[in-house]
Amino acid sequence: MTETSTLDTSTRAVTTGTEKPAKPTRKAGSRRGGPARILLPVGLAVAAIYFLFPVYWLVIAATKSTGSLFGSSGFVLSEPQLFQNLENVLTYNGGIYLRWGLNSILYSGVGAIVATILSMSAGYCLAKFVFRGREFWFNVILAGVMIPGTALALPLFLMMSQLGLVNTYWAVLIPSMVSPFGVYLGRIYATAAVPDTLLEASRLDGAGEARIFFTLVLRLMTPAAVTVFLFQFIGIWNNYFLPLVMLSNPDLYPVTLGLVSWQSVSDRNPELYQLAIGGAFMSVIPIMIAIVSLQRFWKAGLTEGSVKG
Amino acid sequence: MTSTRTRTRLAVFGFLGPFLALFIATIVFPLGYALFQSVTATARSGAFGEGGGTTVFVGLQNYAAALSDPGFISSLGRVVLFAVVQVPLMIVLATALALMLDAASARGVKLFRSAYFLPYGVPGVIASLLWGFLYTPGISPVIDLGKVFGLQLDFLGAETVLWSIANIVIWQYAGYNMLVIVAQLKSIDRDLFEAAAIDGASSWQVITRIKLPLIAPAIVLTTVFTIIGTLQLFAEPLVLKPLSSAITSSYTPNMAAYNQAFTNNNYSLAAAESVLLALVACAFSFGFLKLIGRRQNA
Repeated sequence: MTETSTLDTSTRAVTTGTEKPAKPTRKAGSRRGGPARILLPVGLAVAAIYFLFPVYWLVIAATKSTGSLFGSSGFVLSEPQLFQNLENVLTYNGGIYLRWGLNSILYSGVGAIVATILSMSAGYCLAKFVFRGREFWFNVILAGVMIPGTALALPLFLMMSQLGLVNTYWAVLIPSMVSPFGVYLGRIYATAAVPDTLLEASRLDGAGEARIFFTLVLRLMTPAAVTVFLFQFIGIWNNYFLPLVMLSNPDLYPVTLGLVSWQSVSDRNPELYQLAIGGAFMSVIPIMIAIVSLQRFWKAGLTEGSVKG
Repeated sequence: MTSTRTRTRLAVFGFLGPFLALFIATIVFPLGYALFQSVTATARSGAFGEGGGTTVFVGLQNYAAALSDPGFISSLGRVVLFAVVQVPLMIVLATALALMLDAASARGVKLFRSAYFLPYGVPGVIASLLWGFLYTPGISPVIDLGKVFGLQLDFLGAETVLWSIANIVIWQYAGYNMLVIVAQLKSIDRDLFEAAAIDGASSWQVITRIKLPLIAPAIVLTTVFTIIGTLQLFAEPLVLKPLSSAITSSYTPNMAAYNQAFTNNNYSLAAAESVLLALVACAFSFGFLKLIGRRQNA
């Protein structure tokens, strides 16, 4: 790994060295692409407007009273009362929104941590140990990536109800702990990033396999682990079908399920329109901040995955 | 070194075992269970089923029932039509965004990339709630804006609502797919661009001759995942259902299966419908991969 990266920088050094003679030709190329130069920023900006304006609307709408939500233009502020609205969301029905938020964090956080550790260790095992059935299991796991999650939700529900686990935290947590994609990424990453010589040296030094994994391997696999964690976290956070099927007690709902339950009765109770908007606002903003600030991690593992895959 | 073999065996057991146990419990077994259920039915004894049910093998009867249900067939047709339009749109948009970001100067690129990726963090149901408001007459500023230009916009009508749903899905996932493609674009050896520039290639030629062929694996990957995801359409129409009378309770195959299971308590039929949907998803994904493979060989 380190060897290739030094190689990389050396070639980059060479290219920067040759940059001077290459420059005039490049200039000629960009002059030919004249209209593209204007179209490009326009295209980028139009796309940005498309992706951002619903979020902008959400922010504006979250500040409005139920009356001005219907009575004023959705693009401009009208008697903003954001904190009043958020207070209403947080106190409605004995503060159930906060509970939904904590449930979402529990499902996503615990599910993603366990899924990450399990898939990193499985990926490492498939990459670095030779045993009978290795390729067979890897292919079975790969096939698991392709199975539509919703095809499994109904049989999972029936299994969980046999076990008496329906309508408990476990019903959502246990299926969330499995990430076949994570194993795939873990194997690819371990093959590239964990040197055999290091493992052999540690074994000669008398380190146990568990210690080697938790102190050495896991550290080397951190970029892949972070990527798997983030994808799994978002995946569980966004999942709707599984909790919908598994849970009927509103106390166990994640935010998604809770907000839909508010929205679905809002035509009878217009106050809930504003609550659903305020609740959506509060659940979306932290995730968005996290996505932007963690951006570099989204790429790290993805590159590994798509280059080798 | 007999201890090496025991050691390996123990390590495999410890490292792979926990994942595999959960994998089998939550994916392999439920899949088998769904298949089993789809070929059985619960026969109730007693006039009102008070004698409990016994499971009997019925062969492909549930499949026949699903395939002769016009509601289910039209839901399948609907998501296939949806996929045929939406998957290419999604992939072209994601690729175009990735190429545009790649061509733009360094300044602002990060900002734009974040903006495009942001909706991925919005759960499908919340995105649907959000767009649902933007589709609702009286609340939607878009409809108001249309009126200014003399347009009578109806996003929730029988003809339009499917494409309003497509818009929600594209809004959510285009940025994510773009990111996968960007990651692959970044891995292209920059020397190739230098060489192309020296040879006098235009930026369009660089795109069609170098970039597109080299990001093809990422495009194939995102296409397959988009196909699988698209056919599973569930949360978006479910959330829009109270807003649009055009959305029935069996609007998509997943909604139909959900409805069979939890409204009609017909788990066997629901299982058969889920299996059929998974088969259609498989057929489309593998069909697509086959098509690509043949192209590459030719």
